[in-house]
Amino acid sequence: MSYHQKTITKISADLQAGKVSSVELTQSFLDRIEKFKELNAFITVDPDFALDQAKAADANIKKGKSSALTGCPVAHKDIFCTDGLLTTCGSKILSNFVAPYDATVIKKFKTAGSVTLGKTNMDEFAMGSSNETSYYGVVKNPWDQDKVPGGSSGGSAAAVAARLAPAATGTDTGGSIRQPAALTGITGIKPSYGRVSRYGMIAFASSLDQGGIMTQTADDAALLLREMAGFDERDSTSVDQAVPDYVATLNDNLKGLKIGLPEEYFGEGLDNEVASVVEAALAEYKKLGAETVPISLPNSNLAVPCYYVLAPAEASSNLSRFDGVRYGLRAKEYTNLDDMYEKTRAEGFGAEVKRRIMIGAYALSAGYYDAYYLKAQQLRRMIADDFTEAFKKCDVIMGPVTPTTAFKIGDKTDDPVAMYLNDIYTIPVNLAGLPGMSIPAGFDKVGMPVGLHVIGQYFNEAKLLNVAHQYQQVTDWHQQIPPGFE
Amino acid sequence: MEWETVIGLEVHAQLQTKSKIFSSASTAYGAEPNTQACNVDLALPGVLPVMNVEAARMAVKFGLAIGAKVNKRSVFARKNYFYPDLPKGYQISQFELPIVGLGELTVNVDGQEKVIGITRAHLEEDAGKSLHEDFQGMTGVDLNRAGTPLLEIVSEPDMRSSKEAVAYLKKLHKLVRYLEICDGNMQEGSFRCDANVSVRPKGQKEFGTRAELKNINSFRFVEKAIEIEIERQIDVIESGGKVVQETRLYDSVNDTTRSMRSKEEANDYRYFPDPDLPPLVLDDETIEAVRKTLPELPDIKRERFIKEYGLTAYDAGVLTSSRELADYYESVCSFLKDGAKLAANWVSGELSAYLNKETKDITESPINAEQLASLLARIQDQTISGKIAKDVFEAVWAGEGSVDDIIDKKGLKQITDTGAIEKIIDEVLANNNTQVEQYKNGQEKVFGFFVGQVMKASKGKANPGQVNELLKKKLALV
Amino acid sequence: MSLNNDDVKKIAHLARLALTEQESKDFAGSLSRILGLIEQMNAVDTAGIEPMAHPSDAALRLREDVVKEKDQRDAFQEIAPATEAGLYLVPRVLE
Repeated sequence: MSYHQKTITKISADLQAGKVSSVELTQSFLDRIEKFKELNAFITVDPDFALDQAKAADANIKKGKSSALTGCPVAHKDIFCTDGLLTTCGSKILSNFVAPYDATVIKKFKTAGSVTLGKTNMDEFAMGSSNETSYYGVVKNPWDQDKVPGGSSGGSAAAVAARLAPAATGTDTGGSIRQPAALTGITGIKPSYGRVSRYGMIAFASSLDQGGIMTQTADDAALLLREMAGFDERDSTSVDQAVPDYVATLNDNLKGLKIGLPEEYFGEGLDNEVASVVEAALAEYKKLGAETVPISLPNSNLAVPCYYVLAPAEASSNLSRFDGVRYGLRAKEYTNLDDMYEKTRAEGFGAEVKRRIMIGAYALSAGYYDAYYLKAQQLRRMIADDFTEAFKKCDVIMGPVTPTTAFKIGDKTDDPVAMYLNDIYTIPVNLAGLPGMSIPAGFDKVGMPVGLHVIGQYFNEAKLLNVAHQYQQVTDWHQQIPPGFE
Repeated sequence: MEWETVIGLEVHAQLQTKSKIFSSASTAYGAEPNTQACNVDLALPGVLPVMNVEAARMAVKFGLAIGAKVNKRSVFARKNYFYPDLPKGYQISQFELPIVGLGELTVNVDGQEKVIGITRAHLEEDAGKSLHEDFQGMTGVDLNRAGTPLLEIVSEPDMRSSKEAVAYLKKLHKLVRYLEICDGNMQEGSFRCDANVSVRPKGQKEFGTRAELKNINSFRFVEKAIEIEIERQIDVIESGGKVVQETRLYDSVNDTTRSMRSKEEANDYRYFPDPDLPPLVLDDETIEAVRKTLPELPDIKRERFIKEYGLTAYDAGVLTSSRELADYYESVCSFLKDGAKLAANWVSGELSAYLNKETKDITESPINAEQLASLLARIQDQTISGKIAKDVFEAVWAGEGSVDDIIDKKGLKQITDTGAIEKIIDEVLANNNTQVEQYKNGQEKVFGFFVGQVMKASKGKANPGQVNELLKKKLALV
Repeated sequence: MSLNNDDVKKIAHLARLALTEQESKDFAGSLSRILGLIEQMNAVDTAGIEPMAHPSDAALRLREDVVKEKDQRDAFQEIAPATEAGLYLVPRVLE
């Protein structure tokens, strides 16, 4: 079996056993990235940078100074600032931005000795559900290259699905890890808000953004999340709570597990084929000893409207720093200061980003704040309370990640509202700050992957990973590789 | 028509923390441009704010000092606008829920006490500085100051004259320095003031339209700018015009105020709670711990000085004008027995004059409290006279040695030996027959002449009291 | 609520985005549709509900007042569009 088909868990064991060197591994993945360039999964690949890290890792392994991730290649979403590497966030406005510092997540991977394979493509400033808003071009879904990989972590999803990287980081503001993971047939976890440091992760919507990991399997996710997670004194929203050993609890028995099924997640708008895949997965869980209970998330249908006030409002403010003064793009021609600002931002941002900045600025502007922003914050409380109620009856919540499987590139670019509704099942989870996961659960009739959505209680990532891992012990959906990428 | 002026002040006091409010960069003044602007201050993509505990403590200290309600839960909000000295495109400030609520300050104007309400005080970050010297026709931006903690202190529109405004401002200035939360340096911009000024016909209840005066960063300018603005507004109204709500800049060179480019119409700050910063929550324990660090406040100290040291209200006021001066004075007294009045005269007299002449602060005085006390002790024990003491003071100031060394070295010790003084008097009387005759003929004012001659002959060292006494005796005999 | 061309221009200026006439028109359309989506919120009565600004109700953590940052001006200004004498240069700001 070639290394690209192996999980991080296996790669790590082989590295530690000296069966393979990090340099060999890194080179083999770099070769695949080059070979499958047409997927456009990466914005930046710096082979020298990667190979230097690999060499250092090999040396450390030889010296016995290594941990589980030493020498393991990982790709990073281009939203994480990486010292010395171009960090664009999918935008033209940062097309020349070589970050002068490391995000905490990057630093943690560096400290663990992992190798940075490259920076993956993404929707511009993580605003999108299809990876079509990237200034660096559309990413293709390896299962059908006419289709989108989902977004905004589309590059990471495509890279892991096509086995160009054994794992990749992502971020999830409204579904940006889970939705692309579902659409490309990989495992993705968005931890609870506050679990992974946001320091150095370029902000889209600060109260919703959360970094996470995209992998082939749940045990890889457990291994990598253990490394990524944890308190960071540089992030005031990071929670000071010890990180449990997610790997240690992967094999807990699921007997008696109560799975809540929100009626709102199985109603109108859900594609029949997606519904039947989810039902089959639930049947599998019953075989593992779990039981299902009906629950209700009565306000979840208003999560999308609520989100499209809060996220753009925060974004409109977060993106004000891109003004052409201290870094990034500055327009070439301008007549005065305001003109410089307006032209720089007009040239530097794409249409979707502008749209969201304007919606956000409008929602916060004088006279509208109460009707939009305040109202949305109240609704957010109601949506979060729905989950609190629901979790009185169950241990985890399950349902679909997306209403449909991957759609065709260009299909929804003219209709932002239709695009937004793609995240109808994922957004409520971000609003409540809960952990959520997508795990490969099957395929539709044309062979496009379907994800199973697992939602957990606040800070109970361990349960999600355990539930996902047990499923992966009795199914092989997660082992499927897109044709042509084996 | 008779007009009444209404003034409210907004003061920005830089809190004297070591590091910035949301980053660990230094707040020291005067560094090379942008060498104290870290990635958080520069708003690099991805950076996040982390709040400085000391800034919170200082704000609480201020709140307690003005008897205000300290809010146990306050919220940081973003004030959004674009400006080159504002790297994030928003300023982190407090909007709906400030850390300090309603409080007050009592000022004294022309002997009248007046209570000025303080609406609120909130924490926020300072912006950088734009330097308008010509850089190829461009403006240079220095972000060293960006992120320095500020306490914005907003008064009620309670002041009715420029004098009251200045009295309030001076009181506030004294207070923040007493509390050691702000160095009060107006030239360096550590203590800045904007004034909201309006006029209305006397007796009218509603406020007139106000103008906000900016750039008035000295007590003198505050008074002048307000005066000029009042005149301008009255002129506008009396000539049939209307005062426009706007920001006006005080021009100290031409002594006028002028409208700033009208950015008002575009001002829509879109405040919202900063999602990067959870609410600032203070428990009773924290607040009480801060209360314990409160120093004796100026008004209370002044009262104590009057009672404890028997000083006049005026002297007590002068000596408590700063905490350092008051400390110095008390330190001098602690070395003396019954010397409070003498110490007061010397600290507010000779010492202050020397400090003023060399524009030195009391903390930079070359003569410390113990040295001054030892000088005053020599006056008390009659080793030297008050006049000679001034010479000794000058020598100590110049670093020529200790008080006693100088008295010794220069032979300044007072002559108290009756015999020696009598000898000098005899000589003086012998050499000034004309004046002795005059005295005998009833011209008693020549007595002063004899005193002067005796002192001169003794090089100032003769004990003046004894000289007086002995002279009287001798003259009665001649 | 639907936005017209002028509304869009006003918002665009607030957000410092230069728009062409055509872009203003296009955005007026898509922004109005998004506002239509947003206004579905009005279906719910939220009176008396405490607004939720953060996913957790944690209090702000405070750091000690210690200077930790070193001067990194050279590294930071290497990526700046225009600097001189250690300053960031911007089009002339008139006071």
